[in-house]
Amino acid sequence: MFPNKLNSLLDQAQPSRRTFLKAAGGAGLGLIIGAALPSAGPASAAIAGNGSFNPFVRISPDGLVTVIVKHLDKGQGVATGLATLVAEELNAEWEQMRVEFAPANAKLYNNLSWGPFQGTGGSTAIANAYGQYRSAGAAARDMLAAAAARTWQVPAGEVTVSGGKIVHTSGKSASYGEFAEAASQMSVPEKPVLKPADQFIYIGKTFPRLDTRDKTVGAPIYALDLKKDGMLVAAIARPPKFGAKLKSFDATKAKAVNGVMDVIVTPAGVAVIAKSTWPAFKGKQALSVDWDFSSAETRGSEELFAEYRERASQPGQTFASNGDTAKALADAAQVIEGEFEFPYLAHAPMEPHDVVVQFDGKTAEFWTGSQVPTLDKNVSAKILGIKPDQVQIHTVWAGGSFGRRAQPDAHIVAEAAMIAKAWGKPQPIKVQWTREDDIKGGYYRPMYVHRVKASLDNDGNLTGWHHRIVGQSILSGTLFEGMLVKDGIDKTSIEGVADMPYKIPNFTGELNTVAVGVPVLWWRSVGHTHTAYVVETMLDDLAKAAGRDPVEFRLNLLKDHPRHQGVLRLAAEKAGWGTPPPEGRFRGVAVHESFNSYVAEVAEIALNDDGEFKVERIVCAVDCGVAVNPDNIASQMEGGIAFGLGHALRNEITLTDGEVDQANFDTYEPMRITDMPVVETHIVPSNEKPTGVGEPGTPPAAPAVANAIFAATGKRIRKLPFSANDLTGA
Amino acid sequence: MKFELTVNGQKRAVDVDGDTPLLWVLRDELDLTGTKFGCGIAQCGACTVYVDGEPTRSCVMAIEDIGDSEVSTIDDLSGKAAEAIQSAWRELDVPQCGYCQSGQIMAATDLLNRNAKPSDDDIDEAMAGNVCRCATYHRIRLAIHRAADIMEG
Ligand code: FES
Ligand code: FES
Repeated sequence: MFPNKLNSLLDQAQPSRRTFLKAAGGAGLGLIIGAALPSAGPASAAIAGNGSFNPFVRISPDGLVTVIVKHLDKGQGVATGLATLVAEELNAEWEQMRVEFAPANAKLYNNLSWGPFQGTGGSTAIANAYGQYRSAGAAARDMLAAAAARTWQVPAGEVTVSGGKIVHTSGKSASYGEFAEAASQMSVPEKPVLKPADQFIYIGKTFPRLDTRDKTVGAPIYALDLKKDGMLVAAIARPPKFGAKLKSFDATKAKAVNGVMDVIVTPAGVAVIAKSTWPAFKGKQALSVDWDFSSAETRGSEELFAEYRERASQPGQTFASNGDTAKALADAAQVIEGEFEFPYLAHAPMEPHDVVVQFDGKTAEFWTGSQVPTLDKNVSAKILGIKPDQVQIHTVWAGGSFGRRAQPDAHIVAEAAMIAKAWGKPQPIKVQWTREDDIKGGYYRPMYVHRVKASLDNDGNLTGWHHRIVGQSILSGTLFEGMLVKDGIDKTSIEGVADMPYKIPNFTGELNTVAVGVPVLWWRSVGHTHTAYVVETMLDDLAKAAGRDPVEFRLNLLKDHPRHQGVLRLAAEKAGWGTPPPEGRFRGVAVHESFNSYVAEVAEIALNDDGEFKVERIVCAVDCGVAVNPDNIASQMEGGIAFGLGHALRNEITLTDGEVDQANFDTYEPMRITDMPVVETHIVPSNEKPTGVGEPGTPPAAPAVANAIFAATGKRIRKLPFSANDLTGA
Repeated sequence: MKFELTVNGQKRAVDVDGDTPLLWVLRDELDLTGTKFGCGIAQCGACTVYVDGEPTRSCVMAIEDIGDSEVSTIDDLSGKAAEAIQSAWRELDVPQCGYCQSGQIMAATDLLNRNAKPSDDDIDEAMAGNVCRCATYHRIRLAIHRAADIMEG
């Protein structure tokens, strides 16, 4: 971990005057978060000494370079990505590179795309850290050279740092480790020179991920694996309907379970505290709890969809308008109409949530895969009645997230804080969720209904588009409201429609935001999960109605969008779009921009006589600016595509009388290897700034497959998941 | 209740209720944390161990049902097939979050021990019980083929 000297210096780092209050729009939590902000300086915020060159780079006497990773790695490879940026400018050997997660300190480790927060999400990690971590590596490089030059008494210009060695023109050389201590005390270069792209040795090439070894031997790197001396395990019985309150409970049977220490009440629910995991789970099962449902959400999915459909027939708040859409529709040669339904979806990351907490009454420590440490820290401090700087968050590797770990209310860590407070003793406690807790626990991708009408003229030109969206707001009422909700319109409800790239002379977009008592959250690619589906399947219908090829029809409407065109052309070419598919195979295409990256996908499916289809192959083209690590980009495309496809195939969270019908992987069955197509990823060469790759692969996958199903069967799927539709008799 | 069991070739004694799943005995009592918890109902394979050499879901195997069987876990996985699988996994950078990978590697190693040259269909069949929420399936297929090649030498 950090040398002590560094830690105390970090705490003295100068805050800037901006506060978060403005951005938070007066939301309650804004006050807690209103900590001072960092000036977003790169290596210049340097804290030297002890081998620490700046907040991001430390070199030990044995020459190992440790990169302090300010982002959570939940599988997207960001730790390796940030190490790549440092190694690039430091000219280190790959074998020297190590990674370590940063402590919660928003002054030093904020996400530069988010302002005051330390956190990970929105596919921003490489994008925001690209210059920062390269500068940090470059500064360390110059400091090593300066230290060696001083000792050797030669001009600094005669010393180079490369290939893991410090070398003088005379041939004299040293390892990084020999000068690490001295170099870390040198003055920090204000603007270290970064390499031109043609000299890159790591960026754009593929090097092994630094976490793969641990992940192939079952190493204890997750919160699940943490065991502290005297640690207890807590399992929480939460209300079976969202918004229900505890009425009464009987813990007699639970307390009789061997290993159960106590049963305590917290605002999150009734918590069983036990010596180990199984007694905690068993004790929870043995609880009998009465809930008060008077303020709970008690509607089921059927009722909600009926209400959403009704709202879809009424005008909403206009979020985009140009031309005269009503006239275009009235004058059209053809109008294509579609009503779409999207269910709630759970993220279900592979690691059920888990947090270890230790609170001695004055200071608290948490160990978890923390995606927004700033929130975890501030929210838990408030609950515990201590100051944020009395809370330490230790970030560990996370077994997936897909958005689930980034909650504006930090409720997972908050629950752990509530338990630690109610328990009142300094023993460490691990709060362990079951899969059922997770699947039934809310924070879903919201349900949506879309109603769209689009018009073509006699020549098959797209003349008008009327688009109405109905759904819950993800961010209203959260502290992100001020940033992402404008005049009641949540940007995440409309992204992907509001910024549609297709050239449409008459366009109207409306949003009807509904209030439902089911907690919702961003889910891999957020609004694009549903908007891309609607737009890209509508485009397919329009192309067909216009008698045009789906790729050519799109290219024609994308004349002002070269990067969309670029990926679409590349995917089509690599998939052999111009040639007929093999016998029994059918193709579909979709293209979508999200998180400033552009992705086109061509899906190829096989259909049998029973109407069963299998997705055989997806050819993907991505333009994400500079490809920092091409193999990791491919890996994120593969995962993102399968995430979109897997849920589209058969996943939905439904409610009956307000209770979630699904509970575990038997009723919410994840995509399996038997569903997995071959995925081929092609990267568009680019010198643009790097952009995200964790999410952008997801949005085009389901519509590309739906379009292939349409090509195969003539059936247009507008209700998700696909399994809710009968495809037989095609 | 007291139980004695053989794990990774060693006799170990534990004192737990008889219905305690092997998974939690391994993790909480024996500090063998390589085996992970994903669902608890034999639906995901994250908890895969070998019981008398057979891949088994340790989350639904009660300690009282183990008797004299030999348990082995990823923590002590070795042998030619295991080494080939692990090195193919590293060569292809299969893991993303990595959380499912203990179970994937146990299942894949078992496959390779039974079938030195598995086809895609063999792989899909053998690995269908192992969920990966990061969907590393594409690379799992490639890595198993690669491991088969490594084994062949
Ligand atoms: S945890 Fe045992 S199969 Fe999922
Ligand atoms: S690598 Fe994340 S669940 Fe498999």
